[in-house]
Amino acid sequence: MTSLYERIGGAQAVDLAVENFYRKVLTDDRISHFFDGVDMDAQIAKQKGFLTMVFGGPHSYTGQNMRDGHKHLVARGLNDSHVDAVIELLGQTLAELGVADSDIAEIAAIANSVRDDVLDR
Amino acid sequence: MPQLHFNGTAIELPPGQSVLDGLLEHGHAIANSCRAGACQACLMQATEGDLPPQAQIGLKPTQASQGYFLACQCRPEKPLSVRLPDMAEHRHAAVVTELQPLSEQVMAVSVRPEGDYPYRPGQYTTLWRDDGLGRSYSLASVPGVDAELRFHVRRVPNGRFSGWVFDQLRPGQRIDLQCATGDCVYLPEYGDDDLLLVGTATGLAPLYGILREALRQGHRGAIHLLHGAYDPQGLYLRDELGDLADRHPHIHYHAAVLEAGDSDVTVAQVDGLALEQLSGLNNPVAYLCGAPDFVQGLRKRLFLAGMAMNRIHADAFLPAAANTASTS
Ligand SMILES: Cc1cc2nc3c(=O)[nH]c(=O)nc-3n(C[C@H](O)[C@H](O)[C@H](O)COP(=O)(O)OP(=O)(O)OC[C@H]3O[C@@H](n4cnc5c(N)ncnc54)[C@H](O)[C@@H]3O)c2cc1C
Ligand code: HEM
Ligand code: FES
Repeated sequence: MTSLYERIGGAQAVDLAVENFYRKVLTDDRISHFFDGVDMDAQIAKQKGFLTMVFGGPHSYTGQNMRDGHKHLVARGLNDSHVDAVIELLGQTLAELGVADSDIAEIAAIANSVRDDVLDR
Repeated sequence: MPQLHFNGTAIELPPGQSVLDGLLEHGHAIANSCRAGACQACLMQATEGDLPPQAQIGLKPTQASQGYFLACQCRPEKPLSVRLPDMAEHRHAAVVTELQPLSEQVMAVSVRPEGDYPYRPGQYTTLWRDDGLGRSYSLASVPGVDAELRFHVRRVPNGRFSGWVFDQLRPGQRIDLQCATGDCVYLPEYGDDDLLLVGTATGLAPLYGILREALRQGHRGAIHLLHGAYDPQGLYLRDELGDLADRHPHIHYHAAVLEAGDSDVTVAQVDGLALEQLSGLNNPVAYLCGAPDFVQGLRKRLFLAGMAMNRIHADAFLPAAANTASTS
């Protein structure tokens, strides 16, 4: 059986999705302020990490990493509504690329599974 | 803490500190300029240990495979042994052949390297004064068209290098050049696309090279060159560019300033003009050069307007780090 990651196109799918996703994130008033860093190249590299992880691809992030990596954002008010927004924009990005609804649901579930880590609960 | 071995000594590098900062703190004279991974002045070579990928961004594959890295971008997590590379391999001796003022503020510096000096128009290099002060400048010349390398140096108030270029540098003097680097270059696959070249002040230098290289390669799409400066004195090459636009119907040249005084130059921000142009362009490719705030801001706005990152080539003219000592 092919994995979710392979099915949607692996690293190539990440490359296709990353800029559209990042563009949405930067223009969404609910969450754009968390991504204000000027260094766009570094930000895009991190979005690739995010997408690879939620697409079920190879990654080395742990729950603890996710906690540490978002703690400074939790201190700035990161909460469930922001996670919902990210998952919504992710779904939109994937739908525009023609990813099947069932795969989008699976990806959303992966993102949801680290919600408590991301929100440091 | 990762250990750093250099010249027979070991240094404890606090997490997150760069190799450059660690060595400087311990009194070693390591050449550097931008401290931002652009100028390659701080090139070093690793002899043992793993390099973080970040430390080799922008190097040629041949350099990367030999363990060369940028000390200012290298924050090792494991022990690392490093040495200064043999500079003779990375610097080219050259002679200044001509200094020609292009305006009160901008000097064209022509340079003849000894031997082969491969580069592409729009790339940049670091120029080294013989006391070891180095600064990056972009190539405005085109190989095969111009016999010599040409740089446009703007006089920065109290600028150590630019002031020296204006006040002391003379034809016949020797100067060292780093290898050319950077990806603000024209690609043949852009032949039918529309080019949007936007620069402030001497940001025109690389754009002038790219524009003429595009012409040399028979570029077919439209070319929009937008040059911005604070006031009309900051503009230069206006007649040459006006002539080029007259001779080539697909070249469009716009100059804009923030303070026009009693001249008739358009008063506008070039980044605003660029965004206005964008909607009318066919498969646009953008080149942005000059002041860092302008370059980074416009890059983001073009991206948000729908351009793919790999079609926006950008060179921010970052100032050198404040306390770059002359080292030699
Ligand atoms: C990739 C790259 C390409 C570059 N290409 C060119 C080029 O083609 N032509 C060109 O003229 N320059 C170019 N620069 C800038 C150049 O490298 C130097 O930073 C610049 O010439 C100033 O050096 P300096 O030694 O004269 O001034 P410094 O002695 O380093 O600085 C003197 C003072 O002026 C300030 N300062 C430095 N730069 C500026 C600035 N731009 N505006 C206002 N204040 C400033 C400094 O903070 C300092 O306080 C480029 C830089 C980079 C990174
Ligand atoms: C939905 C679950 C989420 C997952 C699985 C996730 C995952 C990740 C990953 C893997 C990285 C890259 C870390 C790195 O490579 O350094 C990252 C970085 C980042 N995430 Fe998330 N993230 C989630 C939710 C969010 C939310 C809701 C926000 C804010 C609205 C957010 C903001 C950021 C930011 C700003 C960074 C970069 C941090 C930095 O610059 O240091 N993330 N995330
Ligand atoms: S690249 Fe390291 S100092 Fe410029």
